[in-house]
Parts: sequence; C-alpha cells; structure tokens
Amino acid sequence: MMDTQLVMYEEDYKKILGVIQRLVRDANSKGVFVVDKNGQLIAEAGEVRGIDTTSLASLTAGSIAATGGLAKIIGEEDFPVHFHQGARDNLHITLVGGRIILVVVFDDRSSLGLVRLRVKKAGGEMAKIFEEIQKKAESEAAQGSPGSPFAEITDDDIDNLFSD
Amino acid sequence: MSFINYSSREINCKIVYYGPGLCGKTTNLQFIYNKTNPDLKGKMISLATETERTLFFDFLPLALGQIRGFKTRFHLYTVPGQVFYDASRKLILKGVDGVVFVADSQIERMEANLESIDNLKVNLREQGYELEKIPFVVQYNKRDLPNSAPLDEMRRQINTLGVPEFEACATTGQGVFETLKAVAKSVLSDLKRLSR
Repeated sequence: MMDTQLVMYEEDYKKILGVIQRLVRDANSKGVFVVDKNGQLIAEAGEVRGIDTTSLASLTAGSIAATGGLAKIIGEEDFPVHFHQGARDNLHITLVGGRIILVVVFDDRSSLGLVRLRVKKAGGEMAKIFEEIQKKAESEAAQGSPGSPFAEITDDDIDNLFSD
Repeated sequence: MSFINYSSREINCKIVYYGPGLCGKTTNLQFIYNKTNPDLKGKMISLATETERTLFFDFLPLALGQIRGFKTRFHLYTVPGQVFYDASRKLILKGVDGVVFVADSQIERMEANLESIDNLKVNLREQGYELEKIPFVVQYNKRDLPNSAPLDEMRRQINTLGVPEFEACATTGQGVFETLKAVAKSVLSDLKRLSR
C-alpha cells in the first residue's frame, strides 16, 4: 500500500517534542531523534549540537530499510529494534507503528536496559500521536486538503525558485 | 512521499536518480554538490565500494528556496545501478516523489538502459506507484562520447512516455541542472495538483 503524504502541524510537533524531551530525561540519554521511514527528520531533542541530523535521518531510514529487507528474507516481517554499540556512544533504534523511527543516542551515563524500558513507553505514546496525524491526513485528503500551502501556488511561484 | 512540516514551515521531497550501472547517476549528484552554494546544501553521503561503485545509495540534501513562506528541500538519492543490487534499489524507491532516469548514450549500453527502465517500472509497481503517474524526466548522459547512439533512436526506445528529456554530459555538468530543475518543477506541480 502507498503511504499518504505526511503533514505535521504545530500542535502535532509540540506533542512529539514533549514525548521525546521526556524520553531524553527519563532514559538519561544524550539525544533523541524522530525520523520518518522515508528518511525525513521529524523532531529532535537533547544534546544534538554538532550532529549532522539530515544525514543521520537518511542513514537511519536506509539502515531500517536494509534490515527490514533482511528480515523478510528469513521470514520475519521486520526487525523493529536495533542496537549499535560504540566505544563511547551507542544507538538504540526502534520502528514505531511501522512508519516512524525513534533513535536514542546514549553513553555510559545510561544503560541499554533503561533505554529499552523508557523507549517502550515513549514508543506507545508516539504511535498514538502518529495514528492521529495519519487520520487527520486521510480526512483532509478526502476533502481535498484546503489548508495545503500548495493549493494556491502558481506556475510563476515555481518558476521563481529557479530564476537565478 | 513528501513531508509538509507546518511547524518549521518546510516541505521535503525525495527525488531518485535511476539508471544502469556506470551511467553517471553519482556524477550528476557530485556535480550538483560541487556547484551549489554551501548554505543551500547538506553533506553528500556516498555508500560505495572501494572501487567507488555505489553499494547502497548516494544522498544529497538541497534547499531550493521558498514558496509561499515554505522552505522547499529536496533530498536527492541515487540507486546502485548494477543488476544484482536490485533489493537495494527497491528500498530506495520507497516514498519517492520524482524520478530521473539517467540513460547511458553509448550504443553498447542500449540494452542495459532498456533493462534498467523495465526494472524501474517493476520496482515502482511493487511500491504501489506507476511510472506514468509520477513526476519523471529522462536524461541522455554521455552525449560527448563518439560512440553515442543517435538521439532519435534513444528517444524512441527510452522516452516512450514523452516526458521532459535532456542531453547531458555529467562530468562537465552540461544538462545536469536542467534535469534537476525539470524534475523539481514537476514534483512541485504535482503537489499543487494533489492539493486541489
């Protein structure tokens, strides 16, 4: 099935940010990222300065896609949880609701057990938020999404982007 | 699928460069990367083998400017062209908003071009897309080579849908930005159409 377009409003963003800011604290982690399965960064919280977040999002999505392909080869639907251990920092990656990826960066101030536990709770909340976003998108699509900024653009607007 | 973020007032779209092995997909992205203002681009990522053949994908994030107060960002991806990397190609097509097919103009690569475009159609269909319905442009690359096939012949075999097409030489950059602009325009026009 084809995905519907992802549209995120300010109030959705605030809800997502609330969940991941709490996750940063509860899991004692360095940073948390929310990434769309197609590689778009949706939100971030914690100590994320110096991290190339666009690349992080794209590579996370690529990694989830590749391991998802591997899962299917051995008869699994997906591998929803990944853990990468480094010398200092570690990555805990979870697929939420089949569409959203939750990435937690943590070091030895936390532990895999704690991160796992907190991610489980946050993941449930996140899945609910994205279900709502999805429902909203579907009902707007049915009405022809009158609020879309693209309903009003003209060919000139598009040409102007390339006027240099 | 594009991602419209009202919170940061951004719109993100995904464009995939497709084509047979060694046709110049990565070279297209490298040229765009080298010629773009540093403020408008992110880091280019190449997941390649030691011999610089694309293993999984190349990725280049690009900002194009604003439309009605929304920043437009394009994420450019290439697929690995070699036949045996088909599983990876399928993954990269997920969520695509527009496709550039880079054809290798060398006469001995015609067969590979046709095989690749068939493969594109099959892989898109698996994701629930149809090539006829998504923003799509064709680039005839390596036009500078002496063994390039006549343009009419390539057009007849490759551009059966009659989409915008460009002659290019990705190493010198000829036709590279024209191709990108055409696909970006087509993606934005499609967004406009869908939101009506």
